[in-house]
Amino acid sequence: MRLTPLAALIAATFTAQAALAESHGGTKVGLLSTLSGGGAGLGVDVRDGFLLAIEQSGRSDIEVIVVDDQRKPDVAVRAAEKLIQSDKVDVLTGIIFSNLAMAVVPSTVAQGKFYLSPNAGPSALAGAGCNKNYFNVAWQNDTLHEAAGAQANNEGFKNSFILAPNYPAGIDALTGYKRMFKGEIAEELTTKLGQTDYASEIAQIRASGADSVFFFLPGGMGISFLKQYADSGVDVPLIGAAFSFDQGILGAVGEAALGVKNTAQWSKDLDNAANVAFVASFAEKYGRLPSLYASQGFDTALLLISALDKAPVSDADAFRTALEAADFASTRGEFKFNTNHHPIQTIYVREVIKEGDIYTNKIIGTAMTDATDVYAADCKM
Amino acid sequence: MTFLLIEQVLNGLQLGVMLFLISAGLTLVFGVMGLINLAHGSLYMVGAFAAAAVAAYTGSYLMGIIASMIAAAVAGVLIETLVIRRLYGRDHLDQVLATFALILIFSEGTRMVFGSFPLYLSIPALIAGPVTLPGGLQYPLFRLVLIAVGVAVAVGLYLLITRTRLGIQIQAGEADREMIDALGVDISKLYTFVFALGAGLAGLAGALVGTIQSVQVGMGEPVLITAFVVIVIGGIGSIRGAFVGALLVGLTDTLGAFLLPKATEVLFASADIGSVLSSMLIYILMAVVLVLRPTGLFGGTT
Repeated sequence: MRLTPLAALIAATFTAQAALAESHGGTKVGLLSTLSGGGAGLGVDVRDGFLLAIEQSGRSDIEVIVVDDQRKPDVAVRAAEKLIQSDKVDVLTGIIFSNLAMAVVPSTVAQGKFYLSPNAGPSALAGAGCNKNYFNVAWQNDTLHEAAGAQANNEGFKNSFILAPNYPAGIDALTGYKRMFKGEIAEELTTKLGQTDYASEIAQIRASGADSVFFFLPGGMGISFLKQYADSGVDVPLIGAAFSFDQGILGAVGEAALGVKNTAQWSKDLDNAANVAFVASFAEKYGRLPSLYASQGFDTALLLISALDKAPVSDADAFRTALEAADFASTRGEFKFNTNHHPIQTIYVREVIKEGDIYTNKIIGTAMTDATDVYAADCKM
Repeated sequence: MTFLLIEQVLNGLQLGVMLFLISAGLTLVFGVMGLINLAHGSLYMVGAFAAAAVAAYTGSYLMGIIASMIAAAVAGVLIETLVIRRLYGRDHLDQVLATFALILIFSEGTRMVFGSFPLYLSIPALIAGPVTLPGGLQYPLFRLVLIAVGVAVAVGLYLLITRTRLGIQIQAGEADREMIDALGVDISKLYTFVFALGAGLAGLAGALVGTIQSVQVGMGEPVLITAFVVIVIGGIGSIRGAFVGALLVGLTDTLGAFLLPKATEVLFASADIGSVLSSMLIYILMAVVLVLRPTGLFGGTT
């Protein structure tokens, strides 16, 4: 019976802690993102967009804890555990890379926490592996690449060389492109995630006789590839989703990307009130143009705030219903959730242009309206 | 197909000579001083960052390249005199621990100064773009320049080691440290020089490779592992071994990654098996060499 006082003490401590958390009354958000290395540009943009929306809302009851995952799954898993177990966050968000999302999201939602994805949308989490507490505010991975395939058809390409890194989003990208592209595939290559030398792949493109190159190489990978491609003298036209031609990449690549068409759910020249205000305030606060990733981070925070306005996270069912309503003014205009908590949205075609000294994108058309993903049918919540 | 193969061989050679620049210093330091320097990859990174910073500041790529060698050599002298000098008599585990600590210090230090974003160097206009080789194959001029620089450094090093007084001292240092000390050669100065030379070459490699890829914190670590494979294959302490080993590894890696997936696609209808195998290929090569010649291709008979 000597244990009893100790047990009582432990119980008391726990109760006190729980009471403390209750009395705090605020919402704790863990933002776990890639903030160093070759993928840092993406994570920094998501973070900055997210924090900008929180700041503009003027709400002091939302506490955001920012953590770097270094694009390493083991680091991400440990950091997520710490955020959930010791920081006691209510909502987790921020992951850029799908292999990290696959390592973190299932255990997060299994512990009853909410996960709002500002970027990664692996197919495994959109279909049979969907979860009522997992919301994707960006896209299912395939979607933008499907639009790229449709765009390749429109441009009359018949024979594409396709390449992407060997990780869940890379495989989804190739699958998405092939689903819509009606021409032949000259060759399909998967590269290492984080690869920086593409000499061998470029040699194979040169020899392939393809009339177009579809590639998905986000962040630093895309910068290396585009610079080396421009230097190689290969002149097969490039096509891809926005990731390979986004603001962060264009700054480093410059002229080599000029005129390339790419597909996205957002562009800085999208004409709606929410987006005009977002672009102006982002540029003012951070001194650079927002990217696709920044808009996704911003929208994710808007969604969170819109749901918190209706219900606290502690009332999980009401909070979930509020999230499902997606009652916020998205920077991309129309936005609603499909049955698998992934977006139904319009995908645009953009072209890389030069505005003054700055390389950026301009919308030139629409690739798909009310685009959804094929995996929603397999999702049983 | 022939053009493609030639282009891939050139890619393999280019990777090989860059590996040589990194491995040369590593093998000399290991051979002459018996020191395992894990921080060699950090010197590669220091060179790349120095080149990016100086090229951006002065607008001259050549100044960047010169700065890369100087900065890495200076960093080399500093860590040799401050840290590594105390480790020559110690066993390898102590050296590994201390130089691993140096990696962490260099990485975080660089992150504090330059941030987490990768930097990008531009190829100067004079050597940018493709050239048409005899036969009609187009190939980036800059990569040809890299091959030329690598071969020139290899020849220079070979002459330095075999034809100069300093080179003879280095060779003697490898063979018998106590003896050349007794003969009146200032061994401590010699060590510092060898270390600075190796560091400068690693820095040069960092700047050149950083130009086509990207300059970022942590860029040295994957390269370091490959460099160790090179010097083990070539034989520790041998410059000639490092050169042959580097070319072997460069060609095996490039051609393996290109041909193996195609081969397994034909044989087993799966390119994935080939991709997996090709990433192991240089280690398999190292294992085979070690079985046949335990001291490496050009290693001594110890």
